[in-house]
Amino acid sequence: MPRTLRRTALYDAHLAAGAKMVDFAGWEMPVQYEGVGAEHRAVRDGCGVFDVSHMGEIETSGPQALALLQRLLSNDVARIALDLDGGGAQYSVLCREDGGVLDDLFTYRIEADRYLTVTNAANHERDLEWFLAHAADFPEAEVRDRIDEYAMLAVQGPRARGIVQAVSDAPLPARMRAAGRRLAGAQALVCGTGYTGEDGVEILCAPEHAGVLWEELVRRGAAPAGLAARDTLRMEVCFHLYGNDLTLERGPIEAGLGWCCKEQTGFVGADAVSAVREAGPAEKLVAFEIDGPGIARQGNPIAGGGEVSSGTMSPSLGVGIGMAYVPAERAAVGSALEIDVRGKMRRAVVKQKPLYRKGP
Amino acid sequence: MADASYPDDLLYHAEHDWARIDPEDPSLATLGITWYAQDSLGEVVFFDLPDVGAQIKKDEPYAEVESVKAVSDVIAPLSGEIVEVNGALADGPQAINEDPYGDGWLVKVRLAEPGEREALMDAGAYAATLG
Repeated sequence: MPRTLRRTALYDAHLAAGAKMVDFAGWEMPVQYEGVGAEHRAVRDGCGVFDVSHMGEIETSGPQALALLQRLLSNDVARIALDLDGGGAQYSVLCREDGGVLDDLFTYRIEADRYLTVTNAANHERDLEWFLAHAADFPEAEVRDRIDEYAMLAVQGPRARGIVQAVSDAPLPARMRAAGRRLAGAQALVCGTGYTGEDGVEILCAPEHAGVLWEELVRRGAAPAGLAARDTLRMEVCFHLYGNDLTLERGPIEAGLGWCCKEQTGFVGADAVSAVREAGPAEKLVAFEIDGPGIARQGNPIAGGGEVSSGTMSPSLGVGIGMAYVPAERAAVGSALEIDVRGKMRRAVVKQKPLYRKGP
Repeated sequence: MADASYPDDLLYHAEHDWARIDPEDPSLATLGITWYAQDSLGEVVFFDLPDVGAQIKKDEPYAEVESVKAVSDVIAPLSGEIVEVNGALADGPQAINEDPYGDGWLVKVRLAEPGEREALMDAGAYAATLG
């Protein structure tokens, strides 16, 4: 039976830009335009623009919005600031009771009692159900699915802020801040966040405005960049990808995300997370570089236990890189790993995160 | 290479491989992947060179070529023994994208059963399979 893929508001713009489209979590998304190497370099050296409208949005509002989010999200939501010029942004994970990770999320505070949480496309429906189920305990909190009301563009790279600033009615919010702005004539939520390790912003706007904004940004020098470059960029800076580096089978401590878990807030799964934190995790997520030729991929086993969760050829470093879950005693920087890459043993070394850092 | 091309002097296998029979020595063939194959893969970032002396068998994988996103088997269009590998691909696998029928050749093979070539397609027949 043919499957109906969803399309973003920018579908035609992607085709016009020569994109190769793929099925990604039920969406027909651009995987690359000119080529992943060129798009990767555009973001590292200049500016790239990604259509990430497949990502979902859940709005939580009302007098008990904070209390509900505090129950759901691992981070201390009370610490997301709000002032006259917008609100803060915060990263967190959504856990089950057993600590397994349901999703990793950015939450933006847009008003005193109004928060917008951005979900991964593949998890959106499950997240929404989870939010709604827990909202039953918080009658003064309202949870609404906003996925159809937002398109999302990520504009990333050393030139990104300059390019977006040129179409903005006011100075852009700082890193980890979000604020309403008029961009190219229409209202948008501009967020000082990203998934590439570069400076830049993510923009949430009405789908009907996305085309005009995309065109303006491209005209001013932002290179259309696809999901393939998004993946190599995030891997170089060791950002987690749900489904690879984060799953229901492992908790946030194993994933190295203890920093965004504040167990004293009593979030769902806090007890399980706390127990792992105290006892120490049996496995840890490490970054590695292949020593020699070869590219490890998700699922490749590691001699002595563990497996690769993400792997690619790093366009910036020119070597095979990735992340892997390994037994905690072999997780120290400098540890040697032997990865079974389709029957060939490849040597790798555990490296400091991030794998890629901008030169001086 | 920007535009699709399928040279007339090659023989093609349905798994998107080509073979060039040496005009001086019909038991020697150079193998590679087609324009369509490299375009589907995207930028090739790694070619794991097979060993000289290895026996390859028609319709079975004999090497792997990796793009940023994925690894793909390379299927042998003909059977034989590998007598030379394109060592330049170790440091410059992008030649497979840039010049799939020239600098991007993969291996040279001493053919075991030269009659196998009868099962391969000419350029026109191969191009027709691509729709």
